[in-house]
Amino acid sequence: MSIPLNWFLVVAAGLFCIGLYGVLSRRNAIGILMGIELMLNAVNINLIAFWRYLDPARLTGQVFAVFVFAVAAAEVAVGLALVIAIYRNRDTVVVEEIDLLKE
Amino acid sequence: MLVSVLVFVFASLVTLGAAVAVVTNKNILHSAFYLILAFVGVAAIYVMLEAPFIAMVQVLVYIGAIAILIVFAIMLTRRLMSKDMDQKNAQWIPSALGSLTLFVVLGWIVYTAGWPAQEGAMPAEPISQLGQDLLTTYLVPFEIASVLLLAALVGAILIGRERETRSAE
Amino acid sequence: MKEFFFNITWIIPVFPFLAFLIIILFTQGNRKLSHSLSIGSMVLSWLVGWGVVFSAVATPHLGEHPIHKSIPWFETGTATFEIGYWIDPLMAIALFMVPFVCLMIFIYSVGYMGYGTDEVDPNYSRFFAYIALFATGMLGLVISENLLTLFMSWEIMGLCSYLLIGFWFQKNYDDPDKITPRQAGLKAFLVTKIGDLFFVLGILYLYSQAGTLSYADTLFNHEFLAHLAETPALPIFGGWSAASAIAVLIFGGAVGKSAQFPLHVWLPDAMEGPTPVSALIHAATMVSAGVFLVARIFPLLNIVVELDHHNPTMALIAFIGAFTAIFSSIVALAQNDIKGVLAFSTISQLGYMIAALGIGAYVAATFHLITHAFFKALLFMGSGSVIIGCHHEQDMMEMGGLRKKMPRTFWTFLAGGLALSGFPIITAGFWSKDEILAHAWHEFLHYGTASWPFFVWLLLTIAAFLTAFYTARQISLTFLGKPRSQHSEHAHETPNSMTIPLILLAFFAITLGWVGIPEEIVGQGNNFFHNFVGHEYAATPLSIPVMLLSSGLALGGLGLGWMVYGRKPLVAGQLDPLQKGMENIRLGWLYKAMQKRFYFDEIYQAVFIKGSIKLADLFYNIDYNWVINPIVNMVGTITRGISNIFNKFDEKVIDALVNITGLSSVKLSDLGGITDLKVVDGIVNGIADVTGWIGENVLRPIQTGKLQNYLLIMLISMLAIIGIYLVY
Repeated sequence: MSIPLNWFLVVAAGLFCIGLYGVLSRRNAIGILMGIELMLNAVNINLIAFWRYLDPARLTGQVFAVFVFAVAAAEVAVGLALVIAIYRNRDTVVVEEIDLLKE
Repeated sequence: MLVSVLVFVFASLVTLGAAVAVVTNKNILHSAFYLILAFVGVAAIYVMLEAPFIAMVQVLVYIGAIAILIVFAIMLTRRLMSKDMDQKNAQWIPSALGSLTLFVVLGWIVYTAGWPAQEGAMPAEPISQLGQDLLTTYLVPFEIASVLLLAALVGAILIGRERETRSAE
Repeated sequence: MKEFFFNITWIIPVFPFLAFLIIILFTQGNRKLSHSLSIGSMVLSWLVGWGVVFSAVATPHLGEHPIHKSIPWFETGTATFEIGYWIDPLMAIALFMVPFVCLMIFIYSVGYMGYGTDEVDPNYSRFFAYIALFATGMLGLVISENLLTLFMSWEIMGLCSYLLIGFWFQKNYDDPDKITPRQAGLKAFLVTKIGDLFFVLGILYLYSQAGTLSYADTLFNHEFLAHLAETPALPIFGGWSAASAIAVLIFGGAVGKSAQFPLHVWLPDAMEGPTPVSALIHAATMVSAGVFLVARIFPLLNIVVELDHHNPTMALIAFIGAFTAIFSSIVALAQNDIKGVLAFSTISQLGYMIAALGIGAYVAATFHLITHAFFKALLFMGSGSVIIGCHHEQDMMEMGGLRKKMPRTFWTFLAGGLALSGFPIITAGFWSKDEILAHAWHEFLHYGTASWPFFVWLLLTIAAFLTAFYTARQISLTFLGKPRSQHSEHAHETPNSMTIPLILLAFFAITLGWVGIPEEIVGQGNNFFHNFVGHEYAATPLSIPVMLLSSGLALGGLGLGWMVYGRKPLVAGQLDPLQKGMENIRLGWLYKAMQKRFYFDEIYQAVFIKGSIKLADLFYNIDYNWVINPIVNMVGTITRGISNIFNKFDEKVIDALVNITGLSSVKLSDLGGITDLKVVDGIVNGIADVTGWIGENVLRPIQTGKLQNYLLIMLISMLAIIGIYLVY
């Protein structure tokens, strides 16, 4: 293990924050979804890195990563279906115009 | 040693660079392609962490399924987002500042926390061990995940489906 | 020198792959560089390939001791998959043909795609990238050392076939029934996938039995094969042995790729692609891959026959081949599209090869595979030359009289046509076709008249006659007589880049047969081809009656065709004499059916496509109208019933209680009313005012209804909490 754990964690943190910025600043709903995917990837890097460095004997970290994959797949399927449904009903994918919550 | 460090730095820079391109590129379709590049970089990082199975699943699920789905969705909804439209919303500056702050805080935490590194050997066959674990220790979460996927599948079809009745009303 | 070539065999498919990558990534803008890269890579592959071929020919006993090398490629669990190359006579034969034909077609494409003219294709560079990738797949398939890499190459070719058939994807026709290139590509892809599914199942089955996929441990391991032939297959296969089950499944892949009945429907429509593609993929190389595969698994077939005489596997293969041969040569009689005739003739010739493998004529099948590749590529490229010369006219009824206008194309096309119809002695097609017929005859004598080899022989013989007839028809309609339209009136010879490959291929279409002349004619031990390819299989004995018969059929078919179409050439607007003749004897419906390819497309459309839509509708109805909705409605009804009950309860009981409370409150408040008015009201109003003000000026603006605002606030709050936590 030549590379310190910290490096992986910092890369993951960077990826997470970039994804977060995407979620917060994108106008396109699909852009937001892409940001979420980046954040989930960052989480997975953390899980795998912790597994490898802190407890390699048990595979808990990998198991968790697999679940994150499943959840991400589910999330993106439903999310994109929502985007398309909204697009169809309201003719927009710009999140700022989707503000029914206010009413 | 040096080689692995170089590979790691390269993979990380590719990942982060591609990620930045994902969130800043004006053309949303290009963003999606950069997203694929970022996923590849993450897969490389998994390989460096000696988790080849996870890396392969990353390629299959994220690139093979999720990224393609995203590209599809972009193409289906493309008519409305012209290329020269501003892709940033009004709050992008506070968002950037907030994200940057979070990164600094996280980085600081990472460097000050002492991680209790444990010495332990990896299982001889991690992949079959993983399969064993999934079907024994983690059986219930595993089943729940499958139910979740099924629910997401049904939900996605139901939401995305064209409603014929709407026009009749 | 031999060692040198054997050591660098792996590099053969690497050249075109590099060319593909470079073109697609960097040089798309530069046409000249793109085609130079493509052709250059093919030249290198061809040189190395023929080096390997001639080294292999010079190696004694190569059939018994194939040369193979492999390296571990990837591991999963305990299994290791390898990648490597395999040199044996079959591979050498295919390697003799593939790179050379590919090279010829690449050079020809420069002219066909209009390089240097005003009509140059807008996607010219991409075309060369695709055909380079295709060559990668085909060469990879030929040299691969195990079924896994073979399958991968197989699928690369499938992809390229799709991309190239649909190369002119923007083309649309006025006639909505005419298939567009885009649809044709999709159709080819989907139909061949049906075969590929069986192929994958076969590979998986073989893997489950052997635990490996390399040729050395499976197909060329006699003990394993014998074991496989004695293992009963899964119950679904009835009483078959595992060996025949695997063989039939893998054969399914060949049925799809080589366009055998009933999966032949994609190949005629694949002619929508550019003509070099038709020549490359749908005549010479890719469709031969199916035959190559069956030849590859021939040891498996052989063991089935040796150990299990009553097995239907071989009869099935032979029948599918023979039926395809006769069926598509009948259809070819009535086609007017110059490429359509060739497409059906390709299907029919592939049927010959499959039938040959089915009756055990391994050597004859590989021999026909190689000669056919040369003359069919020649014919396709000749037809492409005609199409370009006639300004993209494809209907033979609109041609005629091109002999004088396009002399080089005419003479080379004639050579190819004679080879196809098996013109005696001088053409390659004669020797290879005759060997198949002789073998069928031999088998039929062995089994008797009422046996399946007899029918196979009969069908193939009739098909040989029909082949000669439609070839004569095609040549007469295209080249003889007087021009029947403006397009053929103004036809011109095509550039050298197109005609020189034609001439080179014509040379092989004539001479290649000489390596396989039966040994009885040229003297003992001189049948070079048989000695090299099929040392371990008994030679097909020369049969003079068959040879005379097939010569007679070829000459008769050609002669009859010339009598009908050539002697008195058609004039513009005249009906096809065959159609007229058949209508006279009340067979007009049959001619119509032939022209419509026996309605297979329509039948498939009605049965499979409409059928799946109906099935989907049915499931939709079950899901939505018959099961899910009733359940949801039922739950709704029950819930409403329950809520009605509670509603009643509310009205009767709760209201009464409320009223009582209300009344007593009124009494009490009367007492406290005076104090309230002065003090409490003031406070309450004050609080209400403050709340109202906060709501109006602070909380309402925050509630923007925009998701991202909320998220940002969450982030800031979370940062604040972390800050507090870290500070204290």
